[in-house]
Amino acid sequence: MTSVQPYPRAVEPRPPEPTFLGMPPFPEAARTALSDAQLRANLRKATHTIRARRQAVVDELPDWERLRAAGAAIKDDVLAHLPRYLEQLEASVTAAGGTVHWARDADEANAIVVDIVRAHGVDEVVKIKSMATQEIDLNNALGRAGIAAWETDLAEMIVQLGHDLPSHLLVPAIHKNRREIRDVFVAEMGRVGRPAPAGLTERPADLAEAARLHLREKFLSAKVAISGGNFAVAETGTVCVVESEGNGRMCLTLPDVLVTVLGIEKLVPRWEDLEVFLQLLPRSSTGERMNPYTSMWTGVTDGDGPRHFHLVLLDNGRSDVLADPVGRQALRCIRCSACLNVCPVYERVGGHAYGSVYPGPIGAILTPQLRGLNQHDVDAQTASLPYASTLCGACFEACPVLIDIPQILTRQRAQLTDLGRGPAHHAEKAAMRAVDWAFGQPWRLGLAQHAASFSRHVVGRKGRIGKVPRLLGGPLGRWTAARDAPAPPSESFRSWHKRTAGGLEEP
Amino acid sequence: MRIALFITCFNDTMFPETGKSVVRLLRRLGHEVDFPYAQTCCGQMHFNTGYRNEARGIARSFVETFAPYDAVVTPSGSCAAMVREQYPVLVGGAAPATAAGFAEAVGAVAPRVYELSEFLVDVLRVRDVGASFPHTVAYHPTCHSLRSLGVGDRPLRLLRAVRGLRLVALPRADECCGFGGTFAVKNAETSAAMGRDKAAAVLESGAQVLCAGDNSCLMHIGGVMSRQHAGVRVMHLADILASTGPHPELDTFPSGDLAAR
Amino acid sequence: MSKLTWRRGGHTAPVAKPEPVERGASKAEMLGRLRDALADNRPPRAEVDRSYRRERDAGTDLVGRFAERVADYRARVLRADSSDLVETAAALLREAGVRRLVVPPGERLAWLAATGVELVYDDPPLTVTQLDAAEGVATECAVAVAETGTIVLDGGPDQGRRALSLLPDYHLCVVRAEQLVGTVPEAVARLDPYRPQTWISGPSATSDIELDRVEGVHGPRRLHVLLLA
Repeated sequence: MTSVQPYPRAVEPRPPEPTFLGMPPFPEAARTALSDAQLRANLRKATHTIRARRQAVVDELPDWERLRAAGAAIKDDVLAHLPRYLEQLEASVTAAGGTVHWARDADEANAIVVDIVRAHGVDEVVKIKSMATQEIDLNNALGRAGIAAWETDLAEMIVQLGHDLPSHLLVPAIHKNRREIRDVFVAEMGRVGRPAPAGLTERPADLAEAARLHLREKFLSAKVAISGGNFAVAETGTVCVVESEGNGRMCLTLPDVLVTVLGIEKLVPRWEDLEVFLQLLPRSSTGERMNPYTSMWTGVTDGDGPRHFHLVLLDNGRSDVLADPVGRQALRCIRCSACLNVCPVYERVGGHAYGSVYPGPIGAILTPQLRGLNQHDVDAQTASLPYASTLCGACFEACPVLIDIPQILTRQRAQLTDLGRGPAHHAEKAAMRAVDWAFGQPWRLGLAQHAASFSRHVVGRKGRIGKVPRLLGGPLGRWTAARDAPAPPSESFRSWHKRTAGGLEEP
Repeated sequence: MRIALFITCFNDTMFPETGKSVVRLLRRLGHEVDFPYAQTCCGQMHFNTGYRNEARGIARSFVETFAPYDAVVTPSGSCAAMVREQYPVLVGGAAPATAAGFAEAVGAVAPRVYELSEFLVDVLRVRDVGASFPHTVAYHPTCHSLRSLGVGDRPLRLLRAVRGLRLVALPRADECCGFGGTFAVKNAETSAAMGRDKAAAVLESGAQVLCAGDNSCLMHIGGVMSRQHAGVRVMHLADILASTGPHPELDTFPSGDLAAR
Repeated sequence: MSKLTWRRGGHTAPVAKPEPVERGASKAEMLGRLRDALADNRPPRAEVDRSYRRERDAGTDLVGRFAERVADYRARVLRADSSDLVETAAALLREAGVRRLVVPPGERLAWLAATGVELVYDDPPLTVTQLDAAEGVATECAVAVAETGTIVLDGGPDQGRRALSLLPDYHLCVVRAEQLVGTVPEAVARLDPYRPQTWISGPSATSDIELDRVEGVHGPRRLHVLLLA
């Protein structure tokens, strides 16, 4: 089955893939993103499209709320008994002919995968889109070992060919529109394999066809495939991958060796539990009743699919997340990305601003926890993430496993401030103390109100405060950079109420 | 029924007219409200910014102040949500010595705190509050009243019963306006971008007045529209429900439209 | 334990033996960390409430619902009964322009020869290059779900191995009335987790370009369903 390769493999030298290391804190990254009009238009179109699709297929299920509750309960059961279910999974996968590996962190997981690939004597692998392998930066680890990893999901391929970073869990190239994608294909495909067809248009169907042709030779010749997994059933050892394009089926079926890197929270206890998640995930994710392809396999099967199956169980900070009784909800996440698609902040700034492979609301709670916020100090970028939300609650409303994202965000803010960590500078603390002092006693609040009322004579004009110089204004400067502020009234409600006995003695 | 008004620190200081509207409105409906002077704040800003200990202190004084009342009405969806949703969270972190008493006080007071439209529709069971406001109005459901409290269409039911008021639909109404408390200054650019999109939706609606149950969000949206000289006024729900005739600074539309909703 | 057992398959590549000792320690450490994380504050036991719908609502026209939902994915659906089965299949294949059809080993789909197409049996197994070059494939299925318009293949004798329905660009799937269920839970209950499964809902598709759905990427770009009811 050795196929002729008519195009240069050109795997070397492959430049290292970009990573999120060294990204600026959220407000700064957001500012850059907001100034990119094309990006904002792309994001707006994509998120509004998917929102409408999701709502339509969610509304047609009369038992949606019960499914959500069941999904959350199943995941909570998994988390409460994670050690037991992991050992059960290991036993059932092993019994079905697979091999299970345990990886405490990214380095260990990468080393395991590199060892497996090397043991089979190959220098390239095909990959199914997988958040876990992005999280551990597997592609660069393979690259350092002289192994080329080809992303085969269309969007991942767009990101990889464009030397770009993913900006969405489900559609990592959401920040690119069709014209930009065409340009990447034309410029880059030929450098790593079959070039884009001559005269490639920006029609999505033509772009998909170009991807089909480019990747087909890689699928037919690959010996080793690497995947993540959406679910793994402890009871049976069955692993499940949910996808759309068929690149997953190619990777899961054609090569001799399959390596699956699985976050330890991806377990479900029982086979029947899939009946819940196979309803929740596609409807929340792509807004379809069912995604085009779902593959399930249990170990290895004679005469069908890979002969060797390795399952790498990845911790990489998850046990720390589990230790937080509130934050651990984040481990229920099934990576559907509904929270990104409904998030008004994500819609404006896109995924890169979050500085992590996990963007959007789920990223804002998961990334800081995976980076140890519950345990120790974190860098300024990480510490900026819990504030990257208006707490509007659209994410919680959309989450298929009922993760109370706003609750975790405020908890993380408390962890950052109460424990004296994080970005709250001295001015904010002083301001909060001052406000706290005023709220401690009504007379103090009255005093502060008199001061505010007096200030209207200083700053107000026609009842409005226009732009206040940034340096002078502090928070008022930041507020008035984009919007007017009302001048404080001449009299507080409290003063009015006292003066007029609640309006009864009003003239 | 003993009714207390929780004005909120923000309305008290910045938007006293809204408090006066609540008092006048309820008086018109035959109810006197107490205004306990010991009240200050619900602690939301502290809680949402991460200052939980400070928020807890404020919450203690809140439940103490309002304990004697059968119902507490407040012209703020987000402050009502703070008390009902987050005070139980604050109970969880309270010092063991005082936790039981605090929990009991929260359990007694928090469920009796109502946002204005909830209070009118659910407690007083009114829909027509006898108001008149012959102008075109769009209603923005603020996030906390929409998602935390679940006030649903109560404000719309009240507005539809206002004489002369023409209610127009706000496109993409359930999208956050971008205020978000300290988000508005910590992530000022993103907040402003969201505010501009909301303002665009308001203009699209054709409303003369944008109405909501939270002056904080209205201050943000109104501030954006004021900067743009958009010519659209923002008004709290209470101010419209207390109104008994045309607003002096607004045009009225031709009488043929008055029947339209 | 992480024993690397790739020798077992008798693979061609030389196999280096990694050091499994340290990896056993990883397992112990991971489980220890997880137990510590749960030690002080194990969540309360959560009973899973399965009061969601497990069966279709009474009175649903399963066949009609399935046909409608499959068509929603822009797959072609034709209904037939035993009297016009061959004729209908022939019409579909003509429409697809397919003259040679890969079929799984065995006689279940032998009747398709009567449509005039040449049948190529996957016996002995075809190479991937042969499959890639094939015009189309025909299979039956294990279960079909009306509510989601999904067909499920599980490697049964009327379906063959997974690669069959993957590489050719055209897939004709014959679904019999008795294979139809109403809901996803009914399908899960019927299926055997130890068989490799492929759940197929319409042709290969992507939403990766501006989140608009485009049919046709790597799997078969055309899916025809012949509904025998």
